[in-house]
Amino acid sequence: MTLRTYGRELKNQTLALVRDPVLLTLVLVIVGALALFILFPLVRVIQHSLWYRGEFNPKYLIQFFQRRYYWQSLVHSLTVGGLVSVIGTAVAFVFAYGITRTDIPGKNLFRLIAVMPIVSPPFLIALAAIFLFGNHGIITDALNLDWDIYGLPGLVLTETLAYFPIAFMILEGVLSKIDPSIEEAALDMGASKLRTFLTVTLPLSVPGIASATLLVFIRSLEDFGNPVVIQGSYRVLTVEAYHAVTGMYNMPLGATLSLIMLVPTLMIFAIQKYYVSRRSYITVTGKPSGVGLKTTEPRIKYPLLGLMVFLSSFILLMYGVVLFGSFTKLWGVDHSLTLKNYLYVFQAGGQYMVDTISIALIATPIGGILSMFIAYLVTRKRFPGRRLMEFVSMLNFAVPGVVVGIGYILAFNTPPLQLTGTAIIIILVFVFRRMPVGIQDAIAQLQQIDPAIEEASSSLGAGFFRTFGRVTLPLIAPAFLSSLVYIFVRCMTAISAVVFVVSAGWQLLTVALLYEVDQANLAGAAAYGYVIIAIVLGAIILMRFVVGKIFRGGLAPLREV
Amino acid sequence: MSVVYLDHVVKLFAAGTRREVRAVDDFSLAVERGELVTLLGPSGCGKTTTLRILAGFELPTSGDVYIEGQKMTHVPPQKRPTSMVFQSYGLFPHMTVFENVAYGLKIRRLPRREIKKRVSEVLSLVGLQGLEDRGVGQLSGGQQQRVALCRAIVIQPKVLLFDEPLSNLDAKLRKGTREQIRRIQKELGITSLYVTHDQAEAMSISDRIAIMNAGRLQQLGTAEEIYARPANRFVAVFIGEANFLTAKVLTAESDRVRILLLGQEMDVAQSGTEFKPGEEVDVVVRPEAVDIVPAGEGDADVEVLFSHYTGSVVLYALRLPTGERLEVQVANPQERGLLPIGTTVGVRLHRKSLHLLSKQA
Repeated sequence: MTLRTYGRELKNQTLALVRDPVLLTLVLVIVGALALFILFPLVRVIQHSLWYRGEFNPKYLIQFFQRRYYWQSLVHSLTVGGLVSVIGTAVAFVFAYGITRTDIPGKNLFRLIAVMPIVSPPFLIALAAIFLFGNHGIITDALNLDWDIYGLPGLVLTETLAYFPIAFMILEGVLSKIDPSIEEAALDMGASKLRTFLTVTLPLSVPGIASATLLVFIRSLEDFGNPVVIQGSYRVLTVEAYHAVTGMYNMPLGATLSLIMLVPTLMIFAIQKYYVSRRSYITVTGKPSGVGLKTTEPRIKYPLLGLMVFLSSFILLMYGVVLFGSFTKLWGVDHSLTLKNYLYVFQAGGQYMVDTISIALIATPIGGILSMFIAYLVTRKRFPGRRLMEFVSMLNFAVPGVVVGIGYILAFNTPPLQLTGTAIIIILVFVFRRMPVGIQDAIAQLQQIDPAIEEASSSLGAGFFRTFGRVTLPLIAPAFLSSLVYIFVRCMTAISAVVFVVSAGWQLLTVALLYEVDQANLAGAAAYGYVIIAIVLGAIILMRFVVGKIFRGGLAPLREV
Repeated sequence: MSVVYLDHVVKLFAAGTRREVRAVDDFSLAVERGELVTLLGPSGCGKTTTLRILAGFELPTSGDVYIEGQKMTHVPPQKRPTSMVFQSYGLFPHMTVFENVAYGLKIRRLPRREIKKRVSEVLSLVGLQGLEDRGVGQLSGGQQQRVALCRAIVIQPKVLLFDEPLSNLDAKLRKGTREQIRRIQKELGITSLYVTHDQAEAMSISDRIAIMNAGRLQQLGTAEEIYARPANRFVAVFIGEANFLTAKVLTAESDRVRILLLGQEMDVAQSGTEFKPGEEVDVVVRPEAVDIVPAGEGDADVEVLFSHYTGSVVLYALRLPTGERLEVQVANPQERGLLPIGTTVGVRLHRKSLHLLSKQA
C-alpha cells in the first residue's frame, strides 16, 4: 500500500512534468549535464582504477597498499590534514571570537585579513613561506638558521594560513548567531564569564567547530597548489597523482590515487553534511538578533587582541614579502629592485592573461545561471529525482580537484566527446566545480522568500522562464551576484583540477605561475601571483561598484562554504 | 455544468513514510457559475491544500480536478484559468503597484493602452487609484491586500481562489474588506473558492459553505442550513455553540419525528428516515434557543451552576434533572437581572430550533 502510494506520487509528478514542457526540458538538460560532467568522470576514475583490460582487477590498488612508497603518501596527506584542520580551526576560533564576542578595535581590518587568502592563488602562501623561511629566505638568513621549510612544517604552515578562512567564516556565523540571552541566563544564575564560556558558548559552537574542522580537513587533503611547491620529499597524494598522470602517463595509477583520495573526502563530507550540520543548536527565529554579549574585560580582550595582531601581521608579512619578491632581480641572489618580472609577465604571459580572462568571462555567467536554476528547481519544484539532483550538484564540493581533473581527462579524451585540448573542457571544469557555493547561497535565500510570490506569478499565467527571470532572479540577486564573483575568483586562482586539462592552445595564469616555480624563477612567479591578485581585486571592486549602482542592498560577502 | 469539479481528490503528504499525512481524503465538490463557495474548517483540515490542488500548486495523490469540464489534474498552474489571492498576498516586492497588477496582463500580451486602462479601472474599483507608482512595501496591510485582489481579478480568471485573504488584517479592517470582496465578486460574477477558518467570515461572505475536518467534507450547504441542520456533532460544535441532550425516538415519519425529551413528548420537523422508534438520539440545542422561565413553568427545572456575563449577553451553565449540562445564552441581561448561582429556574426549549443527530453521526 505505502509503496503503491509512493509510486502514484512519482507517477503524478511525472505526469505534471510532462504537461509543462519548458520545465521538463530544463530538468532533463540539467540532469543530463550533471550526469555527464559530474558523475561520468567519477565513474571513469573508478573504472580505470579497478578494471584492467576489461576485467575487474584492482592491481594498482593492491600495489598501493603493498608498497610503502605509495601508502606513505596517504599517511602524509592524512597527517597534514589532521594538523592543519586542528590548528586552522583554533586560529579561526580566535579570530571569530575576537570579532564577534569582544569589543576590540579594528574588527573590519581583522576580518579583511582573515579572508585575504581566499582571493589569492593557492600557492602564493607557499611562495611566501619560501621567501621567508627557504634556504635563502629573509628570516633564515637574518637569523642564520639551518632548517628546512620544505616538507611537513611548510605544508602545515601554508595550508593552515590558506584554509583557516573557511573555518573563520563558519565560526563567525555560528558565534554571532548564539542567542545572547542564553549566555545572559548563565551569568544571571551566577556563572562566571569563564564558566559561561566553557559551559554555554563553547558547547553551543561545537557543531560549528566540528563542521569547520572537517571542511578544513577536506580542503587540506585535496590541496595541490601548496604541496606542489613546498612538499619537498614529504610526498602527498595530490602531487603523486599529478606526477603519475603528467610525468609517467600512468592513467590507471593516477585513477587509483584519485580513488584513494575520494574515499576519505566523500566520507568526511557526508559526515559533515548529514550528521554534524544537523546537530546545530542555532535556531533562526527571524527575530533581529541581539548585539550579543561583548567581553570588555582586559584580561581576556588584550591577550586575544595580541594574538590576532601577531597572526594578522604574519599574514600581511607573507603577502608583503611576495610583493617585494616580485620586484627583485633574482630572489636569493640579487634583491635589487626592478620591473622586469612584470614586463616578463605581460610579454611572455600576455596570451595566458587573455586566455584566462576569456575563459573566466565565459564560465562565470554559465555557472552562475546554472546554479540559480538548480537551486530554484530543488527548492521550489516537485519532480522525480529532485533529491538526487541536489546531491549530485553538491558532490563536487567534496570531490578533490585533482580527481575532477583526472576524471575529465579519462572521460573526455575519446570521440564523440573529445574535449581535451579545447577551451570547452576548462570552462566545464570551472562551471561544474564551482556551482555548489552558489547553489547553497541561493537555496538559503530562496528559503527566506515567501513561495507565494512565485506562485502568484505562475497563477497569473507566467511560464517557468518568465517567473524565474522576472520574479525569482531579482529576489535572489545577492546570491546570484556573489556566486558570479566567487566563480570568477576561482577561475582566476584555481589550479588543482584545471592543471590536467590545460593545453598548448589554452593556458592559464596559475599554470604559468606553477611553471615559473618549476623553473626556479620565484620572482617571476611572484609577479604572476600579484597580477592575478590585481585582476581579482579589480573584478571584485568593479562588481561592487556596478552592484552598488543597481542595488542598494549591496553584495553578500564573498564566501567559501 | 459546474465551473469547478473536484472528483474524489486524495492528497497524502510524505506518502509511504511513517510521517504520512492524509491531508485531503476523498473530497468531492462542485461549484456553479458565479457562486462563492467557502472551505471552512479548523487549521490543518486540508482546506488550503484543496485550494492549492485546484490552483495546480499541489498534485492530488489520486482523484481529478475539472474546470469547465476540462480535466486539469496535471496542468501546470500557469496554464489554468484560475488566479489566487494569497494569505501573505505574495506581492512582487521589487515592483510598483501598477507593475504588480499589470503583470498578468503583460503575459497575455495586451496592448499597452489596454493594460493601463484595465489596471486603473480595477484599482478604482477598490479605491486605490493614484497609487500606481508606489512600491508595494510603502502600502499599508489593507492596501496590499487590495492590490493582491486587483492583481488576481484583472486577468478575469474563470475561477478566483482566496487563501485566507483577511487573516493578516486587524479585526475592524477585516469586516469592511470582506464586504468589499463580496461586492466585487458579485458585480463581476466570478466563480470563487474561498478558504478561511473564521466562521463568521464564511457565513457572511458565502453562497455555500463546505465544512472540512481531517481532510474530509463534513457538510455542504448554505450558512443557514449548516447552522440549523448540522450533519454531525463536529459541524454542530464547529459552527456556533451547541448542547447535546439525549432523547428517545417515539415515532419516526418522513417529515416529523416524535421524541421524548426531559419527560416531555415533542415533535421535531425533520426527516425520520434514518431513525427507528426506541432509538436514542442526540438533540442539538443552541444556547440562544432556550428561554428561562420561572421554576415549574418550563420543560424542566434546572439549577444555575455558573454564569458568564459579557455585557450584551449572559451565558448560564445549568444542570438538568437528568444530570446533563445545558448552556443557555440570554440576550440583554440588564433587562431581567442576573440569576444568582444555586437558584432554581425553569427552561423552555424552542421547538422549531431542535435538531436530531443519530448517535452514530
